[in-house]
Amino acid sequence: MSDSTPAIEVSALRKSYGDHEALRGIDITVGRGEVFGLLGPNGAGKTTTVEILEGYRSRSDGEVSVLGHDPAGRSIELRRRIGIVLQAGGIYSHITPREALAHWAGFYRHPRAVEEVLALVGLSDSADMRSRRLSGGQLRRLDFALALIGDPELIFLDEPTTGFDPEARRTAWETIRSLQALGKTILLTTHYLEEAQVLADRVAIVKDGRILAIGAPRELGVGSGAAGNRYNVAYRGPDGEPVEQETDDPTRLLHELTGRALAEGWALEDLSVARPTLEDVYLELTADG
Amino acid sequence: MGETLLLGWRQYRLERRMFWRNPSAAFFNFVLPLLFLAAGGALLSGSQHDLNRLIPAIAGMSVMSTTFTALAYNIVFLRERGVLKRIRGTPLPTLSYFGGVAANAVTNTALQITLVILAGRLVFGIGWPQDWLSLVVFVIAGVICLAALGVAFAHVIPNFESMAAYVNAVFLPVVFISFYVFDSSSAPGFLRSIADGLPLKPLIVGLSGAMVTGSGLARNLDELTVIAIWGAFGLYLAVRGFSWERSSG
Repeated sequence: MSDSTPAIEVSALRKSYGDHEALRGIDITVGRGEVFGLLGPNGAGKTTTVEILEGYRSRSDGEVSVLGHDPAGRSIELRRRIGIVLQAGGIYSHITPREALAHWAGFYRHPRAVEEVLALVGLSDSADMRSRRLSGGQLRRLDFALALIGDPELIFLDEPTTGFDPEARRTAWETIRSLQALGKTILLTTHYLEEAQVLADRVAIVKDGRILAIGAPRELGVGSGAAGNRYNVAYRGPDGEPVEQETDDPTRLLHELTGRALAEGWALEDLSVARPTLEDVYLELTADG
Repeated sequence: MGETLLLGWRQYRLERRMFWRNPSAAFFNFVLPLLFLAAGGALLSGSQHDLNRLIPAIAGMSVMSTTFTALAYNIVFLRERGVLKRIRGTPLPTLSYFGGVAANAVTNTALQITLVILAGRLVFGIGWPQDWLSLVVFVIAGVICLAALGVAFAHVIPNFESMAAYVNAVFLPVVFISFYVFDSSSAPGFLRSIADGLPLKPLIVGLSGAMVTGSGLARNLDELTVIAIWGAFGLYLAVRGFSWERSSG
């Protein structure tokens, strides 16, 4: 197996629906074993991107490779190696999780054991309930379980925790972390900043069909996109009023500030230098107007 | 190929299990046509001639309800619920999936036709079918034709809520016109033309020949041709317009 090639390679991906350009040139590379987050507001193009990678949608232009396959070819070989958690995927009303997993397991060459997957997603106790009696959270766990039963190398999670309460979200994060620990590659879309920050090794911020910034969540403020190499410098001025300044050259700004303060005889009270958080970058990049 | 067949068989088993667990599907497929049969049989019990026409008409309606109606409902339900989309993302071959779904519908048709034949024989004094070959050919042709049209018609139904209205808007008029023209020699000419051009009445004529009058395949080739043309049209539309997902618009 060619494990050195990236799990996902996307370049100059475009998608139009009539006059509407949903994707205007997306470039992403996701390495093996990486958890990659697509973060952006609703309608940004996250789901369109993921559904092109999953083989549900055709693309208008650009190059796409998923585990070495073009997903537009819809090869069964590729679908054996990926697991998909759709944003909204249904299941038969009268099937139990155990039956559904046993049936789904038959689609794959080397499925995982049903009991093991039930335990992994926390469905062991409701494994024999009809799906129409399951709660929303339990159905979402079943979504995870069905995506994992084939022991996929690459897992797509399209807004996996939307609508969850905080506790259910944390449980889902545990599951995703355990998949990461197993060496799975995960492509995750979310509009929850915290989720991207907690789970993803790297994040791309998407808006209006473009990637505005890409990088590790902690470093995203640095060296990319409009937020650029920005630092926030805060202090109290000579009159005691709080001042905030942004700079891409903190050394020079601090030098000037300390020089002035010393010369004029005031203290730079409450001085702090901070990099923008993912939230700052996200809010600035995705702000309208 | 062997794997496709095996997966199709497993899909068929799952569809059967899901069918029996859904009481309303079981009711509409089996109980309703038998209720029609019982009610019609009671009304017409004085006239063997009328009963001879009722049984094949109910048999034809059963083929339509177990294929056209059941598949249109099923496909729309699975599409709107997102089950089809989920299945499309798995390695299950499309052929295995639809093979299993179609075999499920065919099983229901076969069960239903068997029930109607038994009821005709045991309750309504009609003999065993006269021409088994003709019966099998017409049932198979009817199943393929009406199943394809049911899948094709599912494309037209925009959502779950309007499903029953759409299906009944087709099913009920087709059944009434076909029954009426089949039964009455004094039906107006234009109604006769419509019924003769739709697939159900030719199917009933073919079934009647096979079950009651003994007029074989050779005498009902025109009817078979109408069913075949609708079947080809239905298959074309079923494959061409098929949508695995609910439309987002």
